Amino acid sequence: MSSYRESDEAQEGRREKDVPVPEEMDAELEIVLKDFRSSLHAWSEAEASRPRTTAAAVRRPRWRLAAGWALGCALVVGGVSGALYERNREANLAAIQHQREVEQQKQLAAEKARQAEEELAKVDKEVSRDVPAAMEPLAQLMSEDESQ
Amino acid sequence: MATAEELAAQEFSAVVATHRAQIFRFLLASTRDPDLAETLTQDCFLKAHRNWSSFRGESSAMTWLMRIAINLQKDHWRNRRMQFWRQTRNNAVDADEASDWLPSGESSAEQRLLAKERVEQVWQAVEGLSERQRTVFLLRHVEEMELGAIAQTTGLSEGTVKAHLSRALARVRTQLGGKR
Repeated sequence: MSSYRESDEAQEGRREKDVPVPEEMDAELEIVLKDFRSSLHAWSEAEASRPRTTAAAVRRPRWRLAAGWALGCALVVGGVSGALYERNREANLAAIQHQREVEQQKQLAAEKARQAEEELAKVDKEVSRDVPAAMEPLAQLMSEDESQ
Repeated sequence: MATAEELAAQEFSAVVATHRAQIFRFLLASTRDPDLAETLTQDCFLKAHRNWSSFRGESSAMTWLMRIAINLQKDHWRNRRMQFWRQTRNNAVDADEASDWLPSGESSAEQRLLAKERVEQVWQAVEGLSERQRTVFLLRHVEEMELGAIAQTTGLSEGTVKAHLSRALARVRTQLGGKR
């Protein structure tokens, strides 16, 4: 387990010849460092012996938690059922619309057929009126043949 | 008759009792945050306990524990940098406040004030050091570890340790320079 990377170490190691020996300290610096050490030791001891308090986790009342869950569930259920209802309604409307169109088309077709029949009947009537009086006995014979 | 596990537990308890204060002190000096130092100390011993069976005694227990503490501290700062979007509480104490803990001794009030001022300047210098320089400086001048032991703890060569220490001292000297 290495605390620091070896490449950095090598880089730093190359520079080591340029720096002075760290132990060469004057007396005054030594005193300052001794004070620093004493201060840190005193602080550390004081902190180590200080009773530590832990903040209690903030607890929400149970009813609030339950109410939150209930509200959340209601919102989710409401949202989902609303979406399903809307989808179902649209499908029903589309089916009704389709049925109406089919009926309308049927009605139109029936109307057209009826009109065509009426037209034919009218034409037949008009044609039958145009038969000259001289040909009337022949026409009667033809109608008799058709009936037989 | 005690089992091997019980013996290991007793041994580990003794290690905790012996080295806890030193590990806490180093982490306090590194972070200047008593709560964070306490948390990291606990993490350090928890990790040490988990790996106690793999500790073969190649280095001293102190060196091994200090290495874990340094790595935990590094991980902590790295994670904090990664989580910059999170609102993190910083309980670090100011240099001024940290220098309040000067034993009164037999010196005069004036001398104490001067000493407090200088200790504050050392804190300011330590704050400006790189992570590695700070670690090496604290291990040498607070924990009074030998250069070889520092090298073993940090995984650096002794020469590199000397270089870091020298730069750290130069920085302290510069910081103190204005008042000396």
